[in-house]
Amino acid sequence: MSDRALTRMGAAALADAMRAGDVSAREVTDAHLDVIAAHDGIAAEGDVWHALPTEQLGPDDVHAFLVVTAARARAQADDVDRRRVAGEKLGPLAGVPLALKDVLTMRGVPTTCGSRMLEGWIPPYDATVTRRLLEADVVVLGKTNMDEFAMGSSTENSAYGPTRNPWDLDRVPGGSSGGSAAAVAAGMAPLAIGTDTGGSIRQPAAFTGIVGAKPTYGTVSRYGLVAFASSLDQAGPFARDVTDTALLQALIQGHDPHDATSDALERDDLLASLRAGVDGMRIGVVEELESAGCEPGVRTVFLEAVATLERLGARIERVSLPHVPFGLPAYYLVAPAEASSNLARFDGVRYGMRVDAPSAEAMNAATRATGFGPEVRRRIMIGTHALSSGYVDAYYLQAARIRTLIARDYVAAFEHVDVLISPTAPTVPFRLGERTDDPLAMYRNDVATVPASLAGIPALSVPAGVTPAEEGSGPLPVGLQVMAPLRADARMYRVAYALEQALSLDPDPATHGGARAVRSVRAGGGAS
Amino acid sequence: MSSGALSEDEVRHVATLARLALDDAEITALTPQLAAILSYAEQVGEVAADDVEPMTHPLGLIDVYRDDVRTPGLSADDVLAAAPDPQVGRFGVPRIVEEGA
Repeated sequence: MSDRALTRMGAAALADAMRAGDVSAREVTDAHLDVIAAHDGIAAEGDVWHALPTEQLGPDDVHAFLVVTAARARAQADDVDRRRVAGEKLGPLAGVPLALKDVLTMRGVPTTCGSRMLEGWIPPYDATVTRRLLEADVVVLGKTNMDEFAMGSSTENSAYGPTRNPWDLDRVPGGSSGGSAAAVAAGMAPLAIGTDTGGSIRQPAAFTGIVGAKPTYGTVSRYGLVAFASSLDQAGPFARDVTDTALLQALIQGHDPHDATSDALERDDLLASLRAGVDGMRIGVVEELESAGCEPGVRTVFLEAVATLERLGARIERVSLPHVPFGLPAYYLVAPAEASSNLARFDGVRYGMRVDAPSAEAMNAATRATGFGPEVRRRIMIGTHALSSGYVDAYYLQAARIRTLIARDYVAAFEHVDVLISPTAPTVPFRLGERTDDPLAMYRNDVATVPASLAGIPALSVPAGVTPAEEGSGPLPVGLQVMAPLRADARMYRVAYALEQALSLDPDPATHGGARAVRSVRAGGGAS
Repeated sequence: MSSGALSEDEVRHVATLARLALDDAEITALTPQLAAILSYAEQVGEVAADDVEPMTHPLGLIDVYRDDVRTPGLSADDVLAAAPDPQVGRFGVPRIVEEGA
C-alpha cells in the first residue's frame, strides 16, 4: 500500500484502500479536515466551521470553503465505517470526501451563492445532486466559495472575498467554481462539484491544474441548483484525474422528474470505453479558438499536447467553426437575459435579505440594490435591457439565432471528426485584482468555453502541461478542452484519459515549486 | 440601436424595470460600462440570420409532463422559516392597498 499522504490520493484509490481495510473513512475525512484547518482561513472549531471574515483572511489562506460541516462529515464517515464493518454493501465512492459548490442546496446547511442576498438562508431541501451524493455515502465536507450567483471567471465576485489559486496564492483560481477547484488542487478534497454556465467548471479546472467536466446539458439534474441561466446551467465533477472525474459524473447523472429539462434518455457508461485510447480517432483542432487571443505560453503547451495525441495515433485535423467567434457576444446577451429573469425571484418576500421601505415596489428595489453585488447588478441590467421592448429582437433573439448557427457548426464538424479540442482558456491564471475594473476583459477569458455551453454539448478540461517559470512567477497550469457531440460524454473522457496517461503530470502545486504555491498541503499518515 | 448613445436616463429606466434602486453615482458609473458591453455584444448583428430559428434550449424538449399523481412537498412551516416577515402562515409584505380603498 502506498504511503502517500491521504490528501494526495485520488477518490478511486481512497475507496480501494477503505474497502481493503487499510484506512477508515473517518481517518480519510479527518486528514482532509486537517488540511482545511491549516490552509483555508477558517475558524476550525465547533460542529460547523465558518470562513473568516474577508478582512481577517491572510495572504496565504486559500479560502476555498465558506462553510465546513465538520461534525456532520465525521458522523457520515463514522456511519460508513460502521456499516462496512457490519458487512453492508456500499457504493463505489463510499466514504470519499467531497466539496460542494455553494450554489447547490443541502438541507439544513447555509447556501449563500456567494451573495449577501442569501446570507443566513437555510434551504429546507436537498438538491438532487446532493441527495444522490449522500445516498452514495460520499462525505460532504462543506460548501465552497464562488463568484456571486456563479457570475464571474475569477471568484473575485464573491461577497465573502476571493479564493486564491493553490499554484500561486497571488493569482485567481478561475471561476465561478473557484472554491471547488482550489479545494481539489490543494488537497482539501479529492472530489468537488461545480456548476458550468459558460465555462465555470472548465476554466477553474484549467487554472488549478485539475480535471473538470461540463456534462451534456440535461445530464445532471438542476433541481436545487440556484438558477443563473436555465438553458445553460449544468452541474459537473472536479477531480485530480480523469477516472475520478468520470466516476463522480456517473454518480450524479441521471433523469430527474423534478427537473423538466432533465434528459430522459439513458446515459452512456462513462467508464466502459475510458481506456480504449485514441489510436485512429479523428480529433479536430478548432481554428477559431486555437489562435484567438491566446497567450504564447498557453499556445505552446496546447500544441505540444496536440503533438502527444498525434503520437498516440490520433488523426489531427484543423476544423473551422465559422460562427464560434460570435459565441462570446451571443453568450453575454443570452446568459444575462436569462439571469435577469431568474433573479427576479429575489424580491425580499419569500427568502433572503429584505431592506424595509414604505411600498412593496420600493422594498423590492432597495433589497435588490443592497443584496446584489456589482457584477450581478451589471448582468441584470444588461439582461433587462436585452429583453426590453424595442431591443429584444436585435439583442436576445439575434443572440439565440447565433446559438442555432453555432450548434449547427458543431453538428457539421462532428460529421468529420470524433471530438474537437482547444485550449480551455486563452491565458494562465491572472493576478488577483488584475481584471476587476474591466468587465469585458474578464468576459474575454470565457471565449473558448462558451461555444460548447451555447450548443449544450459536453466539454471538459484536462491538464495539458505547465508554463515555464518566469521572473516573479512559478510554473502555471494550462488546460486542454475536449468537446464531444451531444450525449457523447464518454468520448470526451476517453480522449482526456489517453492524454493524461501519456503526459503523467503531477497535479500537486507544491511539486512544481513556485514561490507562492501552497506548501505542506498534505495530511494523514497514509494507508499502510 | 447604437449603444454608444446609451444615456443615463435610459440606464435609469432599465434600473426601474429591473427593480434596482440605484443612486445617481451608480447610474453614472454603470452607463459607460453597459455601453461598452452592449457595443461588444452588438457584433451579433453582423451575422445575417433572419431566417434562422432562435435556439432557446439545447435538447429541444417541449411540454414535459409528469403523471398526474400527488407527491410530497415542503410543509408551509419549512418554507416560511426562511421568509423575512412570516405572518400566520403567510408572507408579510408592505401594505399595497390603502385602508378603506
